[in-house]
Amino acid sequence: MEDTLIIAGHKINSRFLLGTGKFSSNEIMKESIKNSETHILTVALRRIDMDSKDENIMDYIPDNRIVMTNTSGARNSDEAIRIARLARQLGCGDWIKIEVISDNKYLLPDNAETIKATEILAKEGFIVMPYFNPDLADAARLRDAGAASIMPLGAPIGTNKGLCAKEMIRILIEEIELPVIVDAGIGRPSQAAEAMELGADAVLVNTAVAGADNPPLMAKAFSLAVKAGRCSYLSGPGAVKETAQASSPLTGFLR
Amino acid sequence: MSFYDIGKSHAQFDFDGFFKEVKDKDVFRALSKETLDEKDFLALLSGKAQGHIEAMAKKSHEVILKNFGKVVYLYSPLYLGNFCDNECVYCGFKNGNDIARKKLTFDELRKEAEIIAETGIRHILILTGESRGETPVSYIKDSVSILKKYFTSISIEVYSMSIEEYSILIAAGVDGIALYQETYDENLYKAVHPKGPKRNYLYRLDAPERACAAGMRSVSIGALLGLSDFKKETFFSGLHAAYLQNKYPGIEISVSLPRLCPQAGGFSPKSKIADADFVRMMLALRLFLPRVGINISTREKNDFRKNLIGLGVTRMSAGSQTEVGGYSSPKESEGQFFTADKSSVKEVKEMIYAKGYQPIMKDWQEI
Repeated sequence: MEDTLIIAGHKINSRFLLGTGKFSSNEIMKESIKNSETHILTVALRRIDMDSKDENIMDYIPDNRIVMTNTSGARNSDEAIRIARLARQLGCGDWIKIEVISDNKYLLPDNAETIKATEILAKEGFIVMPYFNPDLADAARLRDAGAASIMPLGAPIGTNKGLCAKEMIRILIEEIELPVIVDAGIGRPSQAAEAMELGADAVLVNTAVAGADNPPLMAKAFSLAVKAGRCSYLSGPGAVKETAQASSPLTGFLR
Repeated sequence: MSFYDIGKSHAQFDFDGFFKEVKDKDVFRALSKETLDEKDFLALLSGKAQGHIEAMAKKSHEVILKNFGKVVYLYSPLYLGNFCDNECVYCGFKNGNDIARKKLTFDELRKEAEIIAETGIRHILILTGESRGETPVSYIKDSVSILKKYFTSISIEVYSMSIEEYSILIAAGVDGIALYQETYDENLYKAVHPKGPKRNYLYRLDAPERACAAGMRSVSIGALLGLSDFKKETFFSGLHAAYLQNKYPGIEISVSLPRLCPQAGGFSPKSKIADADFVRMMLALRLFLPRVGINISTREKNDFRKNLIGLGVTRMSAGSQTEVGGYSSPKESEGQFFTADKSSVKEVKEMIYAKGYQPIMKDWQEI
């Protein structure tokens, strides 16, 4: 059965997206990328140093992957737009993850500013993937603004708490026809599988891989879990029953 | 509303009595909570918490992995000048000290910048003494214009300024400020700052907030540990950081933990802080403010700094020269303080890698 993720007309070979921050070394990141089989990687522009002789993160990313620059550090739409344009000037391409955070305490995204940035950058030809707080009305606004996918958070970034926003994400999956990628908060492969079983199109993980004792092995675990979750979703799991089947049902007299 | 009012509201609080009464169960409670209140923070600062230092370290390690990952940000300090109108009793640059006074010419500044940039450092912290005559805002601004060619992120650690002055420097390319209160005890503050513009406690205390109001991207505060009870000073540093974080959520707040060390003028700390106490202060701060940056400078020894990685520290200085012109002509003038970690940037990077963390040279650029 053909099951391909398509984003903005591009065929994406893996439903597991990996963030490149927080790794203990670029070598370990590279090994983790290999094991993850990921097709799309996010890189923060603030960390890219094209002038560095030995520390440029871009030198550790295989050529056949899509690099999606993120706007980490942007506090409003204006800063996110400037970061995106700068990324394009530096040759980082047109894939942009919009991350607007005006709250350094909880690191929750600012939906209103994210929508503004999405609208402007989509018009400028960027492939815009906004990270946002799962809200149906805002998801529709992002879609109308030209987002290529929507990326709701599962839980506050870095918390590893899993799908705290499960019910909201379920609604987005049902109602928004764009790819839904669960970004942030996923701490374990089992939670990634849960998101995929729910019907998410992909998941994006960083902290849970980079913070593991063995990041390359954890990258592999996530890759497998995402595939397993997707297979489960496609295979249509049996319904969950709250009770056992009674041998003398209350409506037995109807037979 | 200023942080001064929050400080005042604690004026009658019996800190010593509270610290004495802390029980093991208070420490356990603090360690079991995700969000700590002021009493929990005090419990972790208390001597009682020393018996639970390993549990504090384990929790801090989890917190730092989740919030910052396996990375440590590096920067180097660059002293522009050591002229100073103040008489801070603990400082090597105080006006009355008979040391060679100097400020960099722009040619000398370029030479210093070149040497530092060659090490791979992209974040520079520029410092001056407090002399609006010798190193005015216009001189700092011109220096920033030059340094932008060498570095992607420029912070200042200079005298307290007005919102307008901070705005001028932000427009010139400054994105961060470090400004330490030295002590949150107003009477002691007056005693250790007998003369000069820095003697104005309130103007100093409100300076980080003025920088926030001007739109500074990152703001670092702290107390000079050793002037008085370090537990109280750490408590107020944490409270001050929490106040700024709540009021200006878009700004990256960090706290420095400078421990008093010898410098020209030979000031001896009033209260010596053992390594174990210092670590407890850092861990308590990390748990009270999980998202706030913590900075440890080269005042601390290399092997001690190595041991702090993964426990709470997020930012470190490296290859530091604390004298004016020290990178191109070492020992040309007296340093502001004694640097215990004399390792080069390369050695600090190797030390961080050896600990299983990645040194980050670039974490921001002008946009």
